[in-house]
Amino acid sequence: MMSKYLSRKMLVYLLTFFFAVTIDWMIPRFMPGNPILILVSRFSGMPEATKVIYSYLTQAFGLDQPLWKQYINFWRAFLSGDLGISIYMYPKPVFEVLKEAIPYDLALLLPSILVSWIAGNLFGAVAARRKKLDSFVLPVLYILTATPYLWLGILLAWTFGVLLDIFPIAGAYSFSMRPSLSLAFIWDFLKHWILPFLSLFIVMLGGWAIGMRNMIIYELEANYARYLETLGAPQRLIRKYAFRNAVLPQVTGLALQLGVIVAGALTTEIVFSYPGIGYILMQGILNQDYFLIQGCFLFIIIGVLLANFFVDLIYVFIDPRVRYAFGGETA
Amino acid sequence: MSETREILFFAFRNTKLRIGLSIVLLFLFFALAGPYFAKYDPLEYVGPGYHPPSSEYWFGTTTFGQDVFSQFVYGLRSSFTVGLVGGSLATLIGLAIGFFAGYRGGLIDELLMMLTNIILVIPTLALLIIIAAYLPYRGVFIESIIIGFTAWPWTARAVRAQTLSLRAREFVDLARITAIPTWKIILGEIMPNMLSYVFMVFILQFGGAILAAVGLDFIGLGPTKGISLGLMMQNAVLWNAIQLGMWWWIIPPGLAITLIVGALYFMNTGLDEVFNPKLREM
Repeated sequence: MMSKYLSRKMLVYLLTFFFAVTIDWMIPRFMPGNPILILVSRFSGMPEATKVIYSYLTQAFGLDQPLWKQYINFWRAFLSGDLGISIYMYPKPVFEVLKEAIPYDLALLLPSILVSWIAGNLFGAVAARRKKLDSFVLPVLYILTATPYLWLGILLAWTFGVLLDIFPIAGAYSFSMRPSLSLAFIWDFLKHWILPFLSLFIVMLGGWAIGMRNMIIYELEANYARYLETLGAPQRLIRKYAFRNAVLPQVTGLALQLGVIVAGALTTEIVFSYPGIGYILMQGILNQDYFLIQGCFLFIIIGVLLANFFVDLIYVFIDPRVRYAFGGETA
Repeated sequence: MSETREILFFAFRNTKLRIGLSIVLLFLFFALAGPYFAKYDPLEYVGPGYHPPSSEYWFGTTTFGQDVFSQFVYGLRSSFTVGLVGGSLATLIGLAIGFFAGYRGGLIDELLMMLTNIILVIPTLALLIIIAAYLPYRGVFIESIIIGFTAWPWTARAVRAQTLSLRAREFVDLARITAIPTWKIILGEIMPNMLSYVFMVFILQFGGAILAAVGLDFIGLGPTKGISLGLMMQNAVLWNAIQLGMWWWIIPPGLAITLIVGALYFMNTGLDEVFNPKLREM
């Protein structure tokens, strides 16, 4: 039974989730300064709205109640999908704002992560221990993985959007368009999508390729590889075994890197005014829209937790050792 | 002694290490000496706006007439500060938790690793955002500390794994039966055996802190006073430097970060080869 392995992982995720929500609740309450006063002062020009906001905030924060009660109320509201109302896009609920942003994040993140992971692994495996290729490719890969996502985004936007003027550099589709499944819209969408996708893809590619290259070198030094070599096994076969072993840490690496990748996507979206969570988040920060910031934080955490869980599931299927260690089934 | 000499011998011979170190030192020189060459205050409006590089303004000016070169060298200072303070703090916390959890084992180990795994899963930037968003005044130093306090988990995990394997060695057992206190065993017996690893961890944390700060600054949660490379890029994007084609404003800050962090990674691979004879290329 691999359910033991998964249930242990689930426990960590549940605790993480609990911890994250608690932080989300705690920080505005224990930080210096009064976020409610800041919130209300933004509406000083609109007396009507000020009144609504103020009564809403006292209710939402429930500051007259004891702390433990505030905490329970926070959870209750959160579990019923109530993340408060956005100040910046008043009177839209934060949940609605974020729900509309999610598809854009997925459209950027899923393809860029998957394609770069596969391409990077293959590339790294080929480059490892091939002297000429390695000594030329390695510096390039290090430069790629050290590049801030946002700066590559800026460079791509400047080169392809301004100098060559081939691709648009703001938004997810043209202002004149309305989202639909028509060919014209899809074409327009892809043209807006390609540059942010490339900034994520290129930087990630460097990281995966370096990881794979190093793993393969370690594997080729391992005793089993040496043994195969003395037996006179062809290099192709040895490399194949090395690759299989090296892929496993790369899957773990994928889980570990998710946080950094998501952070990179946030900044990339800002460069291209791409309407995902990152762009919304910056609007929230610039407008001191605390409910929106809190909501973004929670959505990011939930997304990363789900993705982690998914990677764990995959890991169980590709690594027989996990299956054996946690149940001894004979698969 | 001869071991140290052997390591130094391979260190000086290692091309990766030499190249990486030279690049980092070059930028460090710019960061330290640059502000004395800069003719202007980085935030003051000193000249005509939208001005390409010239003999008067070496890196050109921003839309509002701030000197990009001054911003660049002061920004480099911020980056090195964040790397040093944030990177050191993250390394120290990671070492402390990793050593302690790995050496003690048992319930303490379980609890510390649970905490580590929890913070490991939460994206650092998300955690930074929620903390920084509620701090009305932030300096580079505060930023570094927040980064240090969130970047340690992977170090803790790696150090713990290494400590676990060292703990079972005879010389550690010997130290334990002579009733030496735990912290002395950790510092005197276990750490010296991992010194090379600790040094490499610090280099990675240094680079990681610089990159984290750039993201934070760019989102709008950087220092509220002063200038940094991330803030330069944020301002450039906010004031349409891309659309206006002001390459002198958008290229230097990102290029410097890429080269510094890339050089650090490169140094790290070089060091790996120096410390690990199996990886040396003959």
